This record gives sequence, C-alpha cells and structure tokens, in this order.
Amino acid sequence: MFEDMAGETKSGEEAHKAMKITVNGEDRCFDAPLSIAGLLTSLGIAGGKVAIERNLEIVPKSAYDTIGLSDGDRIEIVHFIGGGA
Amino acid sequence: MTNQATDTDPLIIAGRVFSSRLIIGTGKYKDYAENAAAAEASGAEIVTVAVRRVNLSDPSAPMLVDYVSPEKYTFLPNTAGCFTGEDAVRTLRLAREAGGWSLVKLEVLGDEKTLYPNMPETLRAAELLINDGFEVMVYCSDDPIMARELEDIGCCAIMPLGAPIGSGLGIQNPVNIRLIVEQAKVPVLVDAGVGTASDAAVAMELGCDGVLMNTAIAEAKDPLQMARAMRHAVIAGRQAYLAGRMAKRLYADPSSPLAGLI
Repeated sequence: MFEDMAGETKSGEEAHKAMKITVNGEDRCFDAPLSIAGLLTSLGIAGGKVAIERNLEIVPKSAYDTIGLSDGDRIEIVHFIGGGA
Repeated sequence: MTNQATDTDPLIIAGRVFSSRLIIGTGKYKDYAENAAAAEASGAEIVTVAVRRVNLSDPSAPMLVDYVSPEKYTFLPNTAGCFTGEDAVRTLRLAREAGGWSLVKLEVLGDEKTLYPNMPETLRAAELLINDGFEVMVYCSDDPIMARELEDIGCCAIMPLGAPIGSGLGIQNPVNIRLIVEQAKVPVLVDAGVGTASDAAVAMELGCDGVLMNTAIAEAKDPLQMARAMRHAVIAGRQAYLAGRMAKRLYADPSSPLAGLI
C-alpha cells in the first residue's frame, strides 16, 4: 500500500564510509556505522518526545540503539506541535 | 434524559470520562505560553495536536509539550493537513509511537479552499485505523447518512462541521446536526465553524455532546477572555438542553397572573 522500499540499502559494505541519509527531506552525510540513537544525538534531538520513520516504517523507541542506518535511508523525525481543528 | 448538574453529567468517549465538554485546538496562538493559558482558562481536558517534522536547524526550539503537558491534558493527535487516507493513517501511527495514545482525531480533507472533508477517503481511513486498534473520533460532513456509516464501522465519536474550519460562521445547518445527534449512539461533537460563545451554546442546545474549536479562541482579540466565555457557553448550552426549553408561541403570554388585577 504505502510501503515503498525505495530507500533500501544498495551496498552492504558501507562500514566506516560516508553515508548519505535523507532526514526530514534534507540530504545529510554521516559516518557509518550509525544507529538511530546516534543520529538523534548528532542532530541534538531528545529521543523521548519524537517518533521516527525509517523508509516509511516506524522505528519503535526500543530499537533506537540497535537499528543501524544504511546509505540512502530516508528518515522522518516528527513531534507534536500546536494544531487545531 | 434527566436534569443533571454538569459535574454529574460526564462526557464519555471510548470509555474515558471527562467533565469538560469543550475540546480545544492548539494552533494559531501567538506562542505556546498563550496557548497554555487559554487551555487553562477554557477548562478543556482534551487538546488536539498536530504531528510535524522536527525543525533540524533549531532542535532546541520551544516544544508544545513543555507548555501544554500531556500529563495534564489528554492529547488528541489529529491529521489536519492530510488529503489521503494513507497520509492520515501514516500520521496517526507516528503519533501513537510518539505519545503512546490510541485515541485520535481523523480528518481527511478534500479541498484546500473549503477544507471540507473527503468522506470516501475518511471512511476508508477510519476503517484502516480501527482495524489497527485506534479509537477514532472523526471529523465529517454534516450528512446524517455519512455519520451513521462512520458510527457503524466503529468510530467512537462523530464530529460534523458546523461551518468550514476557521470560518467562524457558526452552525450553518442546525437541522442536520440535530438529525445526527438523534440517531447517534456515540458522542457527537461539533468540530469547526464556531465563531463566538453563542455558536457553542447553539451546538450544545441542539444536543451535541461537546464542541471542538481552535480559531474562535486563538483569533479572538483577547484569547483568554474568549476561552473563559467558551467554557461558560458550553456549560450553559448543555444545561439548557438538559433543562428542556419552553415551547415557542406566536403571541405573548403574560408572566404575571391576571387574577386579582386591580
């Protein structure tokens, strides 16, 4: 349906190489390996108040430390803001 | 229905008990501090919130939850701005992950100019969400047949618009709102269109279980004063509805007895 896997890893051998990751629509470069928790730290975002989607799949908070990012990943980091009817 | 005082006449949505029948949005305020003060003044126990991308260039910017606490208010994540069922479902799944709440407000818009709901998409998204374990309060058109379908598929509250979102035009179709109220077995709340206190009272006098508003308070010259006015209007409208209004007559009927007139 809305599971689009276009952001899947293209090469498996990206360790210690620069990865291009799209975060909230912006292309950014990071060094591999990098977990979701590591990404949040490098962006200065507290993990407790956000929700994260990796390639259109929700990442549970319990997996922030264990899920590693891959080159080409598309990440969405969202939170609650004021909003009305 | 019996004549009850407000404190013994709770609003029950999906098994949750609320004493306030006013739900307010958290958009369009000058800042979060004003927003928090208005929420306090309104007496609301439920606030709607939106889900948006974190601002990467300023991650330390003020956050809603630091002012309007989810410990104090029931957060009702909404899908404002979504134009497809998929967008709405995706947004609410993220909201559930961010906050852990399954009570949500679904709104699928059909048109940018009127922000009128797209009802076929709304029905489809509601079904997806209910199957996924969400409790869905649904923004909808004031069509009683659509409202009944939404109730039949399991929505926990029906929320027809009184007038277009942000218009402040008041209840444009009181007959339809009343038809929806009469047939519904779940709470009915007017969502959108209220402009001032009397509009909220009208919605409640029609028998609605509650009112959801944002712009009427946020765009008032004095939002705190208007928040207080809305609190009273919703209570007054509810009590008038429970009291049962007098019959209308074409001609006068004196209030003082005629017997003993000198």
